[in-house]
Amino acid sequence: MTRQPGTPTDVPSSAYPAPSAVEVARVVERAHRESWSTVLASVVRLTRDLDLAEDCTQDAFVRALRSWPDEIPSNPGGWLTTVARRLALDRMRRETNLRRKLPLLVEDPAGPDDEDQPTDPLRLVFTCCHPALARDSQVALTLRLLCGLTTREVAADLLISEPTAAARITRAKKKIAAASIPYRIPADEELPTRLDAVLTVVHLVYTAGHVAAGPELTRADLTGRAVELARLLVRLIPDEPEPQALLGLLLMTEARGDARVSEDGELVLLADQDRSRWDTPMLAEGVSRATAALKRGQGRFALQAAVAGLHVTAPSWEKTEWRQVVRMYDAMMVSWPTPIVALNRAAAHSLVPGADLEAVLSELDALGNEPALKSYAYLPAARADVLARLGRLQEAADAYRQAVTLTANEAERRFLTQRLAGLPE
Amino acid sequence: MAQYMFLLFDSEEWYDNVTPEEWQQAMKLHGAFMEAVEKAGAQVLGGEALERSSTASTVRQREGAEPLVTDGPFIETKEALGGYYVIEARDLDQALELAKLCPSGTVEVRPVMPTGADAQPPA
Repeated sequence: MTRQPGTPTDVPSSAYPAPSAVEVARVVERAHRESWSTVLASVVRLTRDLDLAEDCTQDAFVRALRSWPDEIPSNPGGWLTTVARRLALDRMRRETNLRRKLPLLVEDPAGPDDEDQPTDPLRLVFTCCHPALARDSQVALTLRLLCGLTTREVAADLLISEPTAAARITRAKKKIAAASIPYRIPADEELPTRLDAVLTVVHLVYTAGHVAAGPELTRADLTGRAVELARLLVRLIPDEPEPQALLGLLLMTEARGDARVSEDGELVLLADQDRSRWDTPMLAEGVSRATAALKRGQGRFALQAAVAGLHVTAPSWEKTEWRQVVRMYDAMMVSWPTPIVALNRAAAHSLVPGADLEAVLSELDALGNEPALKSYAYLPAARADVLARLGRLQEAADAYRQAVTLTANEAERRFLTQRLAGLPE
Repeated sequence: MAQYMFLLFDSEEWYDNVTPEEWQQAMKLHGAFMEAVEKAGAQVLGGEALERSSTASTVRQREGAEPLVTDGPFIETKEALGGYYVIEARDLDQALELAKLCPSGTVEVRPVMPTGADAQPPA
């Protein structure tokens, strides 16, 4: 039987009782999380206009709230796509003579314009994370277009003001249209670099939530969004190992979330975490995804996931295979010789049983001149730790104080202050 | 297709000691660049090399006064604007690929704003 979705005169077609309002709200919410990017991407290909496509997608969700109380469709995503595209066609027909604010998006030579092109969201991903957009804009646009967040939600998630968030999103959309950034999946030869930019954005979204500035230690909404984005990428690009590796890395970090904060809200370092509080099924998925990715390549995220895997599979902090961890960081240093990788390597090195702490300290001191680490609290914190173990307590105290002034996170600050207070007299 | 202006920025010290051979070589590189553009299915719509920035004059409009004429470029930079191309390309991805082939230290790629009779003011 064919039904016109979205018409207010819809009559329940089954004998089942109409779903409750709570149930409808839950299904719409879930469809928003799972299908927003698919619906939007399909409408963008039709309209070649991001703003119009966003409006119509939003309208389709509003209509769902109105018409699903009668009957929840068996395929909510498909229903939403059909309605959003119909709304878009109506508006395009009505507005042919109206002036557009921005030029139309550049697309590949038109293929078949059917509703259901499974790779559609991928065009959206690569457009949001185009290297010609500023990193800040890429992140804001990804949250807006791929996660379907409102400008206010983007602002709240990124801890920026609403006008700033709006400006970033508008500027990015204008550049996409005016500079003809194409709505396209990159060719095979461009894919590795373009994919790396996408993964970096998703990782940034996660980190923004994981070490949140301000009173909370983490922002579960943002970390959850990042995990969903990583899942989307794995689904869309199943043949590349790096999205798998990123998802594995995020899952392994996410699974330790509860144990990272004590009952009274204090930060608990990996070393002191109660490993029985880790989310075992999530860890298992993370480890298996990381392992699968590592078998197929040693990309940046595969190596990071390998480090995370060594941590979560160790029986305790002390029994972690620190030598292996150092080896992974060495491999990272070959392809991504960044000061942060060097810092992590030095920190891991200091934990290898019988490590030459003086040598580690000179490694850390050498990093003191890196501009990228100038305001990075982990460097003085790592130095403080090594200095304390060497018995140079005065210098350790100074380094802890320096770390305290650098961190923007309250829980981290409390933790560092306690370490400082805990130094032997 | 979209149009882009490539603004070529380079150090001008090169001009001080350039030999005729090096000059010829540079011209060849630009010839090769233009061939590469055409081969990629894009088009060179225009382009020129510019004399040194020390030969520039700047005219600045002033409220309630005669326009001010000064010696030198509007913006003094270490790497000066030394030439430009106007390229018609499929999209920004192609334009950026072509800019990578351009024989210049730094290339700024700017979309050209449509100003034809049916053009709309920019958003």
